[in-house]
Amino acid sequence: MYPIWFQKRPLFTVLSALTIFLLFFSVSAFAQDNSQIDTTIAVDTTLAEIRIVPPSSVEVSDVGNDAGGSIDIHWQLSPEDQNGGPVISYSVLRAESVDGTLGDFTEIGSVPAGASTYADGNTVDGLKYVYKVAATAASGAVFESGDSIPVSSSAQWFDMRRINVFVGVLLVAGFIVYYIRQAKAGKELFIRKIAGLDAVDEAVGRATEMGKKIFYVPGTQDMDNVQTIAGVTILGRVAEMAAQYETWLEVPVSRSLVLVTAKEMVKEAYSKAGRPDAYHEDQVHYLTDDQFGYAAGVDGMVVREKPATIFYMGAFYAESLILAETGNSIGAIQIAGTGMPSQLPFFVAACDYTLIGEELFAASAYLSREPKQLGSLKGQDMGKAVILIALIVGLLLETFGIWNFSTLFSVIE
Amino acid sequence: MRREIPLLITGIVGVVFVIQYFIPHWPFNRMNAWFSDWFSIVQACAIWLGALNLIKISIQKIAKKKKDWIYSVVILVFFLLITILGFAEGEEFREPGTGFTWLYEFVYTPLSSTMFAILAFFVASASYRAFRARNLEATLLLAAAFFVMLGRVPIGDVISGFMPQGAQLSNLATWIMTFPQTAGQRAIMIGIALGIVSTSLRIILGIERSHLGGGD
Repeated sequence: MYPIWFQKRPLFTVLSALTIFLLFFSVSAFAQDNSQIDTTIAVDTTLAEIRIVPPSSVEVSDVGNDAGGSIDIHWQLSPEDQNGGPVISYSVLRAESVDGTLGDFTEIGSVPAGASTYADGNTVDGLKYVYKVAATAASGAVFESGDSIPVSSSAQWFDMRRINVFVGVLLVAGFIVYYIRQAKAGKELFIRKIAGLDAVDEAVGRATEMGKKIFYVPGTQDMDNVQTIAGVTILGRVAEMAAQYETWLEVPVSRSLVLVTAKEMVKEAYSKAGRPDAYHEDQVHYLTDDQFGYAAGVDGMVVREKPATIFYMGAFYAESLILAETGNSIGAIQIAGTGMPSQLPFFVAACDYTLIGEELFAASAYLSREPKQLGSLKGQDMGKAVILIALIVGLLLETFGIWNFSTLFSVIE
Repeated sequence: MRREIPLLITGIVGVVFVIQYFIPHWPFNRMNAWFSDWFSIVQACAIWLGALNLIKISIQKIAKKKKDWIYSVVILVFFLLITILGFAEGEEFREPGTGFTWLYEFVYTPLSSTMFAILAFFVASASYRAFRARNLEATLLLAAAFFVMLGRVPIGDVISGFMPQGAQLSNLATWIMTFPQTAGQRAIMIGIALGIVSTSLRIILGIERSHLGGGD
């Protein structure tokens, strides 16, 4: 029943069949293994396609002219960082370096693709940091740069960007101090006439002759404004004259601190004039902090009481013309002074005399006629002369393109 | 001592304020903020001085039946009304529907706007006086104002439409504002800056001391 060859060699036949089976199985298994290897190679090829070159040349530096606590990081973009490229962002990693031992890197921030700078504003001065930058691909894969050199932040003791301002302030201050010394030594200083200030005497006298009040408005800003200080300083001189002429001076104010200062000022001025009895507590009084409320209050008083003279000395905004036109409508002699360039035209149009800008600050010295104060005015004028020369030189140099002169005067805020 | 201590404080604070601009290092970089905070605190406390002064003057005026004392009644009534409402309505006093908000929206704001609106009429009357051609300067001012005002409205370009682009009124107005006006304003600004430096220096050095309470 069995084939003849099986009957003759049965063991050989079984072994051969087994060998063939094993061979077939091995080949199948090998083929299957090979197929897996091929698949792996294909995956690797895909990864190779999205692999990107990491950013390079990571440069770090302490931010200059600051209060410390900041380090700037710059790097070269990955070559694949192009519009529509695989890079979507850069992460900045930082590690502390203590005695040459590098700690763990932690991410401190990230910037979008295309950005090659980052400001780390959260560093401890004196502590060394090492940075690296990682490009993040759309797939989420991260490709890190090499480490930067260690760097530490520090605070500076002088902002070198402001050296030009420093020189300018020293120059002007030097002139002022020099001329104050000259004045103290008894040197006669020529100060140009300021019509608005020469008219103060006349304005106070007019009120006296008419038997009417003098109103003094020291602006609508507080004592932290140098114009208000200048205004209150002039008030002292005006109050002294008013006390001498026995004319009623009324000072409505819009700030509590100005109220306190102005009261003290007027009181002292009356004492100085030898008329402390003529001073009344309610001469200086508060109205309101509100801009238009104050304007309405002063306008009401002006219309009702019709003062002969009104002074506006200090910082003003939109209320300037409301006040000055009302004063003009009742025929009062008006002297104004402000350092607000946008309000000056209004005062010029509505007042009899206007102290333009610097004249407001010169008023106190001009009226006092003290040598020390006049010396400071002369110094101020010299500062103006220097600026005028700089303007002419700059105009010529810039016009002929000889030198970028204007950069000398650029100021960092 | 009454004069020396304030002078000393003024001098020290003045110097600190000047140098903090040039020194970014701690504590100078914080000093501006510290002093500003202190000023705000002093200012907030001082508001009562003003309020009390207003009440005192108003009461005196009413009590002595001085001229126009009725206005002092109005001041007192509204001062007390808005203060009481503000305190009575608690932390939500500025919420819509409160009495404080009603007073603010329907009394204070319209009054304030009215005062501001009056400015338009005052500008017209002041301009009328300022632009009268009495002398050369006033005539120049009048001419500049004429071109600027006409150049700022559409009819200006309609009138000057036949002229070359650069000579059209809107461009002429822009030129006047950009060059002569800016130059003049900058000259004033330079003067103001020097005046501020000079005044500040006088105060810091104690040469100008009348703001501390009169006298020299």
